[in-house]
Amino acid sequence: MSSEVAVPLLSVERLTMRFGGLAAIDDLSLDVPPGKITGVIGPNGAGKTTFFNCLTGFYKPTVGSVRLNHPERGVLRLEDLPSHQVAHTAQVVRTFQNIRLFPKMTVLENLIVAQHNVLQKASRFSLAGILGLPSYRRAEAQAVAKAVDWLTRLGLIDKADTAAGDLPYGTQRRIEIARALCVDPLLLCLDEPAAGLNPRESGELNELLLRLVADEGLTILLIEHDMSVVMNVSNHICVLNYGRKIAEGTPKQMQNDPNVIKAYLGEEEADELLYGEKSGESAGVTP
Amino acid sequence: MPPLVFANDAPTAAERLKDASGVALIALLLGIPMIGLTTADQGGSLQVLTRWPLLAAFIAASFCGRLVVRYLLDALKRRRQAQDRQAGATAAKETRRGGRMLESIGWLAFGLALVLPIVFSDNRYVVDTATTVLIYVMLGWGLNVVVGLAGLLDLGHVAFYAVGAYAYALLSTQFGWGFWAALPVAGIIAGVFGLALGWPSLRLRGDYLAIVTLGFGEIIRVVLINWTDFSGGPNGISSIPRPTFFGLPFVPSSDNPTFATYFGLEFSPMHRIIFLYYVILVLSLLTNVLVKRLRRLPIGRAWEAVREDEIACKALGMNVTNAKLSAFALGAMLGGVAGVFFAARQGFISPESFTFNESAIILAIVVLGGMGSQLGVVLASVVLVLLPELGRDFAEYRMLLFGAAMILIMVWRPGGILSHREPTLRLSPEGGRRE
Repeated sequence: MSSEVAVPLLSVERLTMRFGGLAAIDDLSLDVPPGKITGVIGPNGAGKTTFFNCLTGFYKPTVGSVRLNHPERGVLRLEDLPSHQVAHTAQVVRTFQNIRLFPKMTVLENLIVAQHNVLQKASRFSLAGILGLPSYRRAEAQAVAKAVDWLTRLGLIDKADTAAGDLPYGTQRRIEIARALCVDPLLLCLDEPAAGLNPRESGELNELLLRLVADEGLTILLIEHDMSVVMNVSNHICVLNYGRKIAEGTPKQMQNDPNVIKAYLGEEEADELLYGEKSGESAGVTP
Repeated sequence: MPPLVFANDAPTAAERLKDASGVALIALLLGIPMIGLTTADQGGSLQVLTRWPLLAAFIAASFCGRLVVRYLLDALKRRRQAQDRQAGATAAKETRRGGRMLESIGWLAFGLALVLPIVFSDNRYVVDTATTVLIYVMLGWGLNVVVGLAGLLDLGHVAFYAVGAYAYALLSTQFGWGFWAALPVAGIIAGVFGLALGWPSLRLRGDYLAIVTLGFGEIIRVVLINWTDFSGGPNGISSIPRPTFFGLPFVPSSDNPTFATYFGLEFSPMHRIIFLYYVILVLSLLTNVLVKRLRRLPIGRAWEAVREDEIACKALGMNVTNAKLSAFALGAMLGGVAGVFFAARQGFISPESFTFNESAIILAIVVLGGMGSQLGVVLASVVLVLLPELGRDFAEYRMLLFGAAMILIMVWRPGGILSHREPTLRLSPEGGRRE
């Protein structure tokens, strides 16, 4: 369908996740091209978050494989890695649908914790840290500089010393993204980053995501309900329903795909919309 | 009953009166059988007498009392709301100033602790009690790493205290080890026990972990009671050598130089008591410095992050198991070191000293002090050790007093005595880049 020549960064093959008799994800295959934004949409309960949990090691898929083409470390099989290795070794970092910040810690501390592995290594089992050796101090200063850089770029710098839990919802969403960026992700998996944002904030989110791809060469996998975000930023969209992939293509194609419309609107209303009135043009998933 | 909490606005006079009338009505209903009517023995037969004036007095008292209590509660609430509003406006500055104030209180407490045995150099009771307080401070600081920072509910901390104490007791009585040599070794042994317990059980969360640690604490105690060949069973281990001052013992007379003869002093049993006090003071200060520094290192931030959200930690690539294990092992090691000191101070230990009661008190110290607050632990230790001591005069009400104090503190400050959290690093020196 698409004319991608590049090797996909992530290829998901025949992924199935069963909980008892229920197949939350059923035989899903998907390629995520590098340097692009891939959207995953679908009605509630379609298996989108389960898909993320399988990618990031929180669930072990029943069947199937998730392979990441790491530029330095070769092909990594994500389904075999424990969740912290997915972030640390494979550099696949996710955010959560219900924000998971460290609420009592300050914004800056949240971003420093994201660089735990680098700092922990520099502190040499905390010995260099306890003695305050220059090598550790340098590493800490670098970590702070990186955090400050992201905070500045995301317009959060004046909140750096505030406890993360005291900030408004929209700001917390941005902090979670900033924190994920501090892990140096190759692939950033965002689980409904626009949920709870007002139109102005989701507009800013669009800009941010496009900028991350353009400036940082980041690859983004995006679960989103907010069509104004997903349709505007995605290069490629995969639509799930009842754990199965029902369509895949460009945003434009998806807006006019009868299967997608059916999944969102239900059988009858979709028929009405598609075939009832012969206007043809008006058919589409409206924001 | 009228609702206890009024709307945000101050209640009107009519509302207050209605509220108090309700209470008076209840007093009336309860009072008729309990106060209004009484029986008396008159000429051999039982007669019912009435005491209406007394009842009226009671009702009047409850009416007035309710008015006063209501007024005080409302005033308190208003003041707290006003404080909250203010706090919201200048939160960053407030926390900064709060942190500075706590720091100066900490230094003051340190100064007091330094001069205490000098001021009370002839009062053995005071120095002894202060030593006990310091043991609990050290135990609290150790457990604070596990419970306050890493958020792992440990109900069996006394097990590591016992391991440390028995490790020193056995090393010294069986192999002739000295106090200072045994101190680190016993600490490491307790830390290894912490690792051994933590490895399988730290995948459990919250309540489940609490039950496992509770069980572990009991297992250690029961083993100590029953393994008579090893630990002396219920008789414990006696004549554990006391710590020496760089090899100089605190004894009245000896062929070798003693502390008193070496420094040309007259022998006094207080020398040893004061020396022990300073030993535990130094040990607990070392603990404090260690924990404070670790808190500002990646590992310490990892502990707090695990407490805040374990799943987020995993998603950021942190090995949560390692973070928890290190917290658990460090807490166990510090508990073990406190145990060594305990054994050396008492000269005799038995499983009786390491019951669940101790674990509960140490946990109460951490929770009351304010989870994660170092100074809070000190204040809570002082309160929890001194309360029972003060209560000795009216022994039967001791536990009642203890319980009431705990409830009061929890009502008054649900987050513990000191719930202030100082960030581990700041971007700008003056409390955030705010205007």
